[in-house]
Amino acid sequence: MTATHDPTIPPPRRLKPWNAVEKGLARVGITGRMLVLIAPLIWLLVFFLVPLAVVFGISLANKQFGRPPYTPLLTSEEGTVQLTLHLNNYIRLFTDNLYVAAYLSSIRIAAIATIITLLVGYPMAYAIARAPDRWRNILLMLVVLPFFTSFLLRVYALTGFMRGNGVINQFLGLFGIEPIVMMQTDFAVYVGIVYTYLPFMILPLYTTLVKLDVSLFEASADLGARPIHTFLFVTLPLSLPGIIAGSMLVFIPAIGEFVIPSLLGGPETLMIGRVLWDEFFSATNWPRASAVAVAMLLVVVVPIMLLQRAQGAVVEK
Amino acid sequence: MKKSLAIALGAVLAASPAIAQEEPVLNVYNWSDYIAEDTIANFEAETGIQVNYDVYDNNEIVDAKLLAGNSGYDIVVPSGNFLERQIQAGLILELDKSKLTNLGNLDPAVMATAANQDPDNAHAVPYMINTIGLGYNTAKVTEALGPDADLESWDLLFKPEVVEKLAGCGVAVLDSPSEVMGIALHYLGLDPNSESEEDLAAAEALMNSIKPSIRYFHSSQYIDDLGNGEICLALGYSGDIFIAADAAAAAGQGVEVTYLIPKEGAATLFDFLAIPADAPHPENAHAFINYILEPEVVAAITNYVFYANPNLPALEFVDEEVKSNPGIYPPAETIEKAFVMQAHSPDYEEVLTRTWTRIKTGQ
Repeated sequence: MTATHDPTIPPPRRLKPWNAVEKGLARVGITGRMLVLIAPLIWLLVFFLVPLAVVFGISLANKQFGRPPYTPLLTSEEGTVQLTLHLNNYIRLFTDNLYVAAYLSSIRIAAIATIITLLVGYPMAYAIARAPDRWRNILLMLVVLPFFTSFLLRVYALTGFMRGNGVINQFLGLFGIEPIVMMQTDFAVYVGIVYTYLPFMILPLYTTLVKLDVSLFEASADLGARPIHTFLFVTLPLSLPGIIAGSMLVFIPAIGEFVIPSLLGGPETLMIGRVLWDEFFSATNWPRASAVAVAMLLVVVVPIMLLQRAQGAVVEK
Repeated sequence: MKKSLAIALGAVLAASPAIAQEEPVLNVYNWSDYIAEDTIANFEAETGIQVNYDVYDNNEIVDAKLLAGNSGYDIVVPSGNFLERQIQAGLILELDKSKLTNLGNLDPAVMATAANQDPDNAHAVPYMINTIGLGYNTAKVTEALGPDADLESWDLLFKPEVVEKLAGCGVAVLDSPSEVMGIALHYLGLDPNSESEEDLAAAEALMNSIKPSIRYFHSSQYIDDLGNGEICLALGYSGDIFIAADAAAAAGQGVEVTYLIPKEGAATLFDFLAIPADAPHPENAHAFINYILEPEVVAAITNYVFYANPNLPALEFVDEEVKSNPGIYPPAETIEKAFVMQAHSPDYEEVLTRTWTRIKTGQ
């Protein structure tokens, strides 16, 4: 990179030692911009790509009982190094209906939960964005406040509400209504996901909605649109980036959710996180568990890319 | 080359006096609610060894940590069927019996049974004896089944027409394939350790017939739920059900929990004190095991956790109410019908886990 300076503008002042370092680095072809990028790249490499490669490697091994509980990929015998890759773990994902059913069920549960979260979160975000300035920060604080307690504790506390002699059923009992079984059902899982992920939906929606120009709504009203039309044809399309961002933040972690279905779900709440746990701990099958994890990553990455493309398209407009 | 280097290094280290004395630290990994309140403090006071005490609630976690290696623990307490595999995989250190002067206190009959899982009792010392039976809410079960119901049999759980009457007040089953399927096989009059496909299919059919009445499969949730009346029947560990009964009595909400060893016989589990092969403080671990083998020490634990111990001279120090409880110290005819779970072959383990998932999820 060769920078040509306008001679009338003095070059930015720099500390001398840094100057020398920069020159030295430039000689080997490293610029300041690259240095800034290196930190996140190293982070990604060490905490994402390397572990992923390890998981991928294990997924190509075979189960054995011993330490480590999988066969080595590389074996050397009389000077020849042999690389053994087992694809049976991946083949099994397709030949055994459990895995496909678990993926589909996870996606279905995550999708339904995301839609409910959106329906609950949108009015809240809208109300916060339209609230008077002095209220807004307090309301936002209230949205974030639950994060001050542990996630696990909050999910567990929900059982106090939903169990047979819990708060809700005691309340219903006042009216002579028989206790409803809510725990260990899909319903409880939806409540858990919507409750814990709601802030992730509200915050991006809020940031989009608060930036919308109020004069647009006034213009719409002046031109004779009823409030519902203004909302459907002005507010909603303009808040689409927030909807997509919020939905991604809810949908993606909800697919792999393990804690909520184990604490609140019933035996038939089939989610990939639980299948993974069973493979890892009950069956001590690290290779199969790794294959399930790699496949889950692929299943999650595809919707992310689609959503990101959709978001890019919206922004370009 | 590498090996000779290691040996040379080992020789150097062994020769240096600093290494002969182990640092006075011991890392214990035990089940939750599985020791008396003052056992650790007393051990520390007597030996000067500082104990780091950590707990878990299922065997699978210990298995996973030992398999991953370098767990840092000096004492683990796996159940027999898990210990058996761990020994085979070389994860457990062989005991130096010259350091266990109290070993003779253990019941020879228990040691003989334990030798099925730990040949020659070379690797581990039985700690507590546990049964898997039924815990039920006396009032609710009587109400659902009527006063003439047979409350002494596995029929409570395994007869579809009986258990479906309990579905309304809640039925929970351990989430443990080998243990639950073993009990199902025993109920069917088959060998609980069978690995035959037909037997497994029969047990699966039995489980499927009662599945609509089961609210959930979980290995510790039932302790709370049984105690506060959320469920009325649980297939669970004896000690856990006694904890639930205790909690229910303390809460004073009128919930009464009974533990039943069904008359057909229950699964008996031994939990063992064992030292991981890569334990950093094996000397101190031996000292700890020998301390637990002292009659007064282990009797105090039994009095606190309500599990029977296999230490013969300890019996005189066990409280009368604990000793006379047939759920803790079962009568001879119940012991005769008890059966012990053994480790399965890896291939069968896989089939079993898959079958279990199918039972639980319908997939």
